[in-house]
Amino acid sequence: MLTNLPLLSLQIWLPVVAAIAVLLLGKLGMETLGRVVAIAAVFVCLILCIPLYADFDTTTYAYQFRETLDWIPAFKIKYDIGVDGIGMPLVILTVFTSLIVILAAWKSIQHKATQYLATFLILQAMTVGVFVAVDALLFYVFWEAMLIPMYLAIGIWGSKNRSYAAIKFFLYTFLGSALMLIVMLYLGLKADSFSIPDFYGISLTMTEQMLIFFAFLLAFAVKVPMWPVHTWLPDAHTEAPAGGSVILAALMLKVGGYGFFRFSLPIAPDASHALDWLMIALSLVGIVYIGLIALAQTDMKRLIAYSSVAHMGFVTLGCFMIYMIVHTSGNPRDANMSLEGAMVQMISHGFGSGALFLGFGMLYERLHTREIQSFGGIANTMPVFAALFMVFAMSNVGLPGTSGFVGEFMVILSAFKANFWIAFAAALTLIIGASYTLWMYKRVFYGEVTSEKVAALKDVSWLEWSVLMMLVFAIFLVGFYPESLLRVMHTSIDHLVQLSLQTKL
Amino acid sequence: MANTLYHYALVALLAPLFGCLVAGLFAKKISIKAAQGVTIAGVAIAFFCALMLLKWVMFDHVAPYNETVYVWGTSGNLSLNVGFLIDQLTVLMMTIVTFVSLLVHIYSIGYMEGDPGVKRFFAYMSLFTFGMLSLVMANNFLLLFFGWETVGLVSYLLIGFWFKKDSAALGGFKAFIVNRIGDFGFLLGIAVILSYFGSLDYATVFAEAPKLSGSTIALIPNVEWSVLTVTCLLLFIGAMGKSAQLPLHIWLPESMEGPTPISALIHAATMVTAGVYMVARMSPLFNLSPTALSVVMIIGATGALSLGLLAVVEDDIKRVVAFSTMSQLGYMMAANGAGAYEAGIFHLATHACFKALLFLGAGSVIMAMHHEQNLHKMGGLRKYMPITFLTFLVGTLAITAIPPFSGFFSKDTIIEAVYESHISGAFYAYCCLLIGAFVTALYSFRALFLAFYGKERMGEEARHHLHESPFTITVPLICLAIPSVLLGLVMVSSMLFSQPGLMGQAIPVIPELDVLGELAAHYHGVVPMIWHSLFGLTFWFTMAGLATAWYCYIQHPEVPAQFAQRFSAVRYVLLKRYGFDAFNDLVFVRGTRMLSNFFYYFADAKVIDSWLVNGSGRGVQRVAGIVRRVQSGYLYHYAFAMILGVLALLVWLVLR
Repeated sequence: MLTNLPLLSLQIWLPVVAAIAVLLLGKLGMETLGRVVAIAAVFVCLILCIPLYADFDTTTYAYQFRETLDWIPAFKIKYDIGVDGIGMPLVILTVFTSLIVILAAWKSIQHKATQYLATFLILQAMTVGVFVAVDALLFYVFWEAMLIPMYLAIGIWGSKNRSYAAIKFFLYTFLGSALMLIVMLYLGLKADSFSIPDFYGISLTMTEQMLIFFAFLLAFAVKVPMWPVHTWLPDAHTEAPAGGSVILAALMLKVGGYGFFRFSLPIAPDASHALDWLMIALSLVGIVYIGLIALAQTDMKRLIAYSSVAHMGFVTLGCFMIYMIVHTSGNPRDANMSLEGAMVQMISHGFGSGALFLGFGMLYERLHTREIQSFGGIANTMPVFAALFMVFAMSNVGLPGTSGFVGEFMVILSAFKANFWIAFAAALTLIIGASYTLWMYKRVFYGEVTSEKVAALKDVSWLEWSVLMMLVFAIFLVGFYPESLLRVMHTSIDHLVQLSLQTKL
Repeated sequence: MANTLYHYALVALLAPLFGCLVAGLFAKKISIKAAQGVTIAGVAIAFFCALMLLKWVMFDHVAPYNETVYVWGTSGNLSLNVGFLIDQLTVLMMTIVTFVSLLVHIYSIGYMEGDPGVKRFFAYMSLFTFGMLSLVMANNFLLLFFGWETVGLVSYLLIGFWFKKDSAALGGFKAFIVNRIGDFGFLLGIAVILSYFGSLDYATVFAEAPKLSGSTIALIPNVEWSVLTVTCLLLFIGAMGKSAQLPLHIWLPESMEGPTPISALIHAATMVTAGVYMVARMSPLFNLSPTALSVVMIIGATGALSLGLLAVVEDDIKRVVAFSTMSQLGYMMAANGAGAYEAGIFHLATHACFKALLFLGAGSVIMAMHHEQNLHKMGGLRKYMPITFLTFLVGTLAITAIPPFSGFFSKDTIIEAVYESHISGAFYAYCCLLIGAFVTALYSFRALFLAFYGKERMGEEARHHLHESPFTITVPLICLAIPSVLLGLVMVSSMLFSQPGLMGQAIPVIPELDVLGELAAHYHGVVPMIWHSLFGLTFWFTMAGLATAWYCYIQHPEVPAQFAQRFSAVRYVLLKRYGFDAFNDLVFVRGTRMLSNFFYYFADAKVIDSWLVNGSGRGVQRVAGIVRRVQSGYLYHYAFAMILGVLALLVWLVLR
């Protein structure tokens, strides 16, 4: 029965309708009902994800659950949506994360609560839109539309320096995407269609590919973010409310990685090949340099933010190593592990970083400070929270059995096939990641209780516990059984490898 | 039968995990007794299963089990599986792990009584058992790495168990990071294996290994190294971290911040021997790389001597035992390096018993002394704690390798094997190990004499409270003392010198390296071995150590102080532990900190963010500020500009 529904359209428009309803309820003064509606809507979305996963055909790389409508026929722009093995896990991640954020807002957001919920519902809808759009211009619309609710979330519910961070965030990311639109128009005219798969077929000269590659790079690198266009992120994170940070880390960064998978590699394969050294270098700088920067942080949220950037380095590394891997090993199948590692890293980063930000949000709500030194000894007063946070920390450290391990492991193992020193540099994260994560953990949770505020702390409530447990569950599921995730991507990744290795000249 | 093996193995693995989950997740709901009960039951079940497996695989010669349990992940042509390998080596390790773990669980009932975190403590210990079992049961590098890291995690958690103490929290942190440095090498080793062997399963890798013995890899352009040597050395870096080999040994002394039962279980009997186990398990790889074996042997032997020396000047009873652990691990590694893997594993087994015994004995003393750990504040304890004393004495005799205690058979074989070995550096290693025998006897008896003999140096108050520990503590001591006496006597023939031995084909050795085979030619039974040893150097080095300890700490207690004064420089170096900590602190810790501060405060905050990003923002502002003035809105400004323009155009036309 469920399969007859336009599942993906529901994933996009149900939250939007719910958002409007929530806003209206807020206007009518029925705030609690509004909260219930918001939670119910996202919950329904999550249930609708079940057929998305269960009925997913893993034997084809074609878009599934596809819906096509004419939108602007004059320009052949369509409302064309569907998912493949790359988009589908990200859709589920989006809905899952959104549910967590909206549940977590139950008590922690009291200021303009219904507007807050509506903002995040719309953000969820737009993010899903990005991952399901098959039409390039539809993709662009969702891509830009994501910015607005995020901008509002930081600007309205952020902390002290919020307007600086909000504007910085907006300009940075907007600047990146302007060129992307031009490229898409160019490709659309050339292919006489805005359907992304049609872009893959057109042949492009090296110069064209280079220009296209750099335009995409600017757009996606800012989102991921890659060094050196990452400095918006720590500011955005520190100022954003907890929910905003979770969405930023878990979803906003993923659209960048998704862009590399969907556009850069298959549309400009020769340019990607020619510039892979640059991308690898930037990724490694991200992993090592940003990791070291995380070590220097005294602000807990900034530390988590930098750690989040460092982990995203594995995504871009996994994407662009494929040429070197195939060059050395001669077997295109060897590229799969690198790309799949990058994909798993994206999903697991959503859980891991999202969880750290959420956990931090719970501390912030209680203590209203981000300075690590004003914590200390929290394990004494919040033992359950400390235990759960340890799980998240371990996922961040990449301990086997947690989701954080899987992607890094796959990428590092693949990296060796490309070049020993790439693997060497990437594996440094084992040491650096452990250092900043556990050093933070020690300073925040261990030791004697020094401040009165910490002494008065209450452990997590029932609701907080449930939300955190959902994340713990997700982290262990992917950690112990990544095949559940890998199996849906195999065919699509195979196809992507094919496209990326085919010259277009 | 294969199915039975699988089921017993699975139960052995999951029972401790179940105990851990119940005690950990429902800590608030259940009583302390229940938490202890469920964890102990879990480990007891695991111990029972391990014993059954031991019986079948080792003594009934049931074929080893080597199968996939489930597919963890697939990618490209590769399938990464979680699978068990149940052979002689595995069942031996499983038995050791669950045996010591069970006793330490029971011991901890008494030792941890009254501690507010006691449920957490039991949950951690069971989790550790689970991790350690998956480490030894793995049939591939993936599960091995999982177990490897899980025990590292639990070690971190348990060292920092009393996390209110800064030293404990720091000790755990240090242990984790240093282990991670080892894991860094280990992971790269796994990466080499995957890319050259195309699989992570032991069986495939070992079968392929000989084909690769000629291949080389150029890590630095134009410098070709043997692939197998690189692989083995990278794996050995992992072993260095976990098994506290030079120079990654630095975390082990700090690990003593954890509760004493943990020191016995994790940092003496089981986890720290994981590296020794791993090298033995990888023998098909190490066999093919004499260079790697040589490195293993030299590092092991150097550690055996130099780290043992540190114990001689240490006053903290736990740390004495900790240094002695590091020294003994060196012996095991040296055995591996000589190709006498089985001797290394045998020493691992005997060591697990007597070292756990020594640690738990030390714990018993510490409890009686109300958490006083300084040897100089003890003395004469044998009168008050007879059981602890006797078992500690057994442990000491075993570790110093005095026949016929268990340590004698394993350690003497190691020293002989290294003597017979033809690997380069073997003679150096032999000397180290031989002098090490003297040092072992010296520090072991020193600790024994200082604690249990001589003047009672504790305060009146403390003396008043001295009494023997309760039976939950003494029973495990006795249980460990029995194998410490007998294990060597009973097992040495069949473990080391029979064909086919108890280990079957679990640890293959190639003929060129088969030093144990050479020794077996001269072996005629237990009694001749003991008799023969009386004429060997090792025995007399040990006796010299004993005599020195007796002279210095019983006969003339004033002598050590004079020595300390005479050789103050030596003492200083030893007290500073050869300066490893100072060096690391200066170079690595400070270096990293400086680098990260530089990157953050200068490169990131200044150059990128302040100059480039906000700089371009300010730049736009400034340009806009200037350009803005041009658009004043006054008509005459624009008219004037127009006239100027026309004039300029005219001038250009005229002059051109």
